[in-house]
Amino acid sequence: MQVKKLFAKQETLVALTLFGLCLVIGFINPVFWTAGNWFDLARSATVTGIFAIGVLIVLISGGIDVSFTAIAVFAMYTTTVLLKDAQYTGGMWLFFVIAALIGLGLGLINAFFIARFRLPTLIVTLGTQSMFRGFLLFVIGSKIIRDIPPGMADYSKAFLFTVTDDRGVTVGLHSAVLWLVAIAILAFVILRYTMLGRGIYALGGSREAAERAGFNIARTQVFIYAFVGVLAGIAGMIYGGLNRQANAQDIVGQELDVIAATVLGGASIMGGRGSVIGTLLGVMLVVVMSNSLVLMGIPATWQRVVVGAIIIIGTAVPALRTLRRQRRSVNVEPETLAPVGGRT
Amino acid sequence: MGSPIAFALAVQPFLSLTNISKSYAGVRALEDVSLTVYPGEIHCLVGENGSGKSTLIKIIAGVVQPDAGQIVINGKTMHRLHPIDAIREGIQVIYQDFSLFPNLTVAENIAINHELSRQKRWVNWREVREIARQAMRKINIQLDLDATVSEIPVADKQLVAICRALLQNAKLIIMDEATTALTEREIRSLFDVIHNVQRENVAVLFVSHKLDEVLEIADKALIIRNGKVVLDVDARELDRSKLTYYMTGRNIEETVYEWQGDSDKPPLLEVRHLSSRGNFEDVTFQLHAGEILGVTGLLGSGRTELALALFGAIPIDAGEIALDGQPIVLRSIQDAITHRIGYVPEDRLTEGLFLESSVGNNILARVLDGLKGSGQLLDRALMKATTQEWIGRLSIKAPHAELPVKSLSGGNQQRVVLAKWLASKPRVLILNGPTMGVDVGSKMELHEIIKQLAREGLGVIIISDDVPELMQTCNRILLMRRGRIVEHFDRRQITEMDLTQRLVAV
Repeated sequence: MQVKKLFAKQETLVALTLFGLCLVIGFINPVFWTAGNWFDLARSATVTGIFAIGVLIVLISGGIDVSFTAIAVFAMYTTTVLLKDAQYTGGMWLFFVIAALIGLGLGLINAFFIARFRLPTLIVTLGTQSMFRGFLLFVIGSKIIRDIPPGMADYSKAFLFTVTDDRGVTVGLHSAVLWLVAIAILAFVILRYTMLGRGIYALGGSREAAERAGFNIARTQVFIYAFVGVLAGIAGMIYGGLNRQANAQDIVGQELDVIAATVLGGASIMGGRGSVIGTLLGVMLVVVMSNSLVLMGIPATWQRVVVGAIIIIGTAVPALRTLRRQRRSVNVEPETLAPVGGRT
Repeated sequence: MGSPIAFALAVQPFLSLTNISKSYAGVRALEDVSLTVYPGEIHCLVGENGSGKSTLIKIIAGVVQPDAGQIVINGKTMHRLHPIDAIREGIQVIYQDFSLFPNLTVAENIAINHELSRQKRWVNWREVREIARQAMRKINIQLDLDATVSEIPVADKQLVAICRALLQNAKLIIMDEATTALTEREIRSLFDVIHNVQRENVAVLFVSHKLDEVLEIADKALIIRNGKVVLDVDARELDRSKLTYYMTGRNIEETVYEWQGDSDKPPLLEVRHLSSRGNFEDVTFQLHAGEILGVTGLLGSGRTELALALFGAIPIDAGEIALDGQPIVLRSIQDAITHRIGYVPEDRLTEGLFLESSVGNNILARVLDGLKGSGQLLDRALMKATTQEWIGRLSIKAPHAELPVKSLSGGNQQRVVLAKWLASKPRVLILNGPTMGVDVGSKMELHEIIKQLAREGLGVIIISDDVPELMQTCNRILLMRRGRIVEHFDRRQITEMDLTQRLVAV
């Protein structure tokens, strides 16, 4: 029974798929199993992973946020411009602090419209996405900044440790992955062990019941969108640091991929369901998939098709299972116990 | 019945309402209503839809303020009762939708309000389970603590709601139409639970319009009609006809349906050895034109699945279906519609109606193809005429056809669903729980409509576990158990008592 329950979970399914995929790709191209490739995977998963955890929390609460990419690029670009103009030569920490604060501010704008006016979250965030992006390009700037402050430039080489492989190439695991680990743990604890987190699940399960039970819906929503804003600011800054440039045209456009990875990991688009573990697995699956296509020499344009297909299959499987369960609902008696009476 | 009334007189009442009145926009919802509830008493609040029951509940819960009258709880006069005061005094309302979280586990649903009211910030899962376990022990029930609420039966959801209410130190639990979605056997066990609640010295205000239930469970009954108290009595002084009379203000005669047709003639619908794996096995029966055939059984007996299979909504693995002696294949709902088989679902709110849409649009939804005038456009005049025809024939009480269906009462909504199907002139009509959630008066009228339709030659199948309903409308009744037809009764050869016993027998 326990085993059956485990297999009914989307998380298990995604984990198994991921594992199978790794075996297949590793078999086709042994480069897959090298440290260098895994460090690369970790690096690609970091930004998407942080975004996805933000999306997870919004989805659980029954909302949807498409503005986080705009917040990320806004925070990253603005922070870079500010510190460049200030001729700041210190470390990366200040970049993170400022980007997180900008993210918080923009997240609070979302929260204000959603909690105060009870507007649909999709509409609000579609609107703010456009606003944040437009404001950034028009007021702050649109040129690519390649000449970034030294602290940010150094960050791209902030490895946790490095390995030199047989061919003499030195590869390293970037420290940004620590952000992902820390944020994942934080989100896990909030969602699982605080009343605030349970309130987020409750809100996504039934808003009316949550209100009647005495949850403070507005406060919960303010937390959610502010938290997502902060995560977006940090992820945006990591993105800029890893790429060693600040491009105001970047990041926006990735939001659907992130939402898809989250849904693939078991979060329900209807709210109320989802887990941090599942989300991380979903992100890994998408990242490994894209990475493997490159390793197998499949053109990048095909990646879009494959990612789309995975998403549809990944969400169709649990839906089919629910459908089947509904259809076969009666326990039919194996043998007729009483004769069918014909007393017409 | 060890009813506490005898000695309760010496005890202070938990709740007493005196001369409560309430108007909405000049319309009197309640007039001079008084009600006294003692601790540990089961008090039934009886009335048809629209009689003022829900307004009264809302006033007790503090959601609505009365225009006049006095509310005394625990000896304290409440000048203005807010919802939070009502909860603090121990009044808990279990609404029809239970207000549960479908995505959370049983344990968390039971404990969550309790945790919230203690203003906890952290969740201790061991404690949550322990709280839930204790609440269940109080009323002597057992549920799987880790089951997700969306996956448990309605009856269990109700138990979860009751446990949750008890944890809030409830002194009075108000249950609003608690049995609407339950089967006979589930109602039995709910009544056991209510008696357990009573033993904890908690009063229960049981709101219902089902006569048998009221007669069975009540210590006292308050009957209201059009916002006024018409009777406030000890339940022992009540019987069914008295209850019906006071509730509706008229005597309703219960008649039996006699089928006049000839059973030697070829049947309208014939089902032979029909099976659907996992749903039902080897089902055989005939239905003649003009017959009303009841199909009964407990929830999970396969009755609903059989109906769905006849409507093409569930795949058939073996056996055959013939209409007028011609074998037909039902692979989809579209096939069933082509053969003019209609199905009125159990849950009219989600499956049978477009709630936001107008009465007229709902009635016409099935027949738009037939209403085309010249040039493939819809013929407005014809649409209007058809709508008016059905509103008239089924006496749907709607101020006008443009109002959204959700603004109508339960009984009238059910008539709109019926009209929707009848407009497409079906030959076989399958009605699943045709009067669920409908009050006595409209129920009788609906039964009359169904009988009239059958007399006009329609073949009707009623799926229901409401025994009095089956006895009043059907001329034959099939009993299903675990996916098989186990008995077949002629209406004239069976009594209500017999049928009830057979139905709940294991």
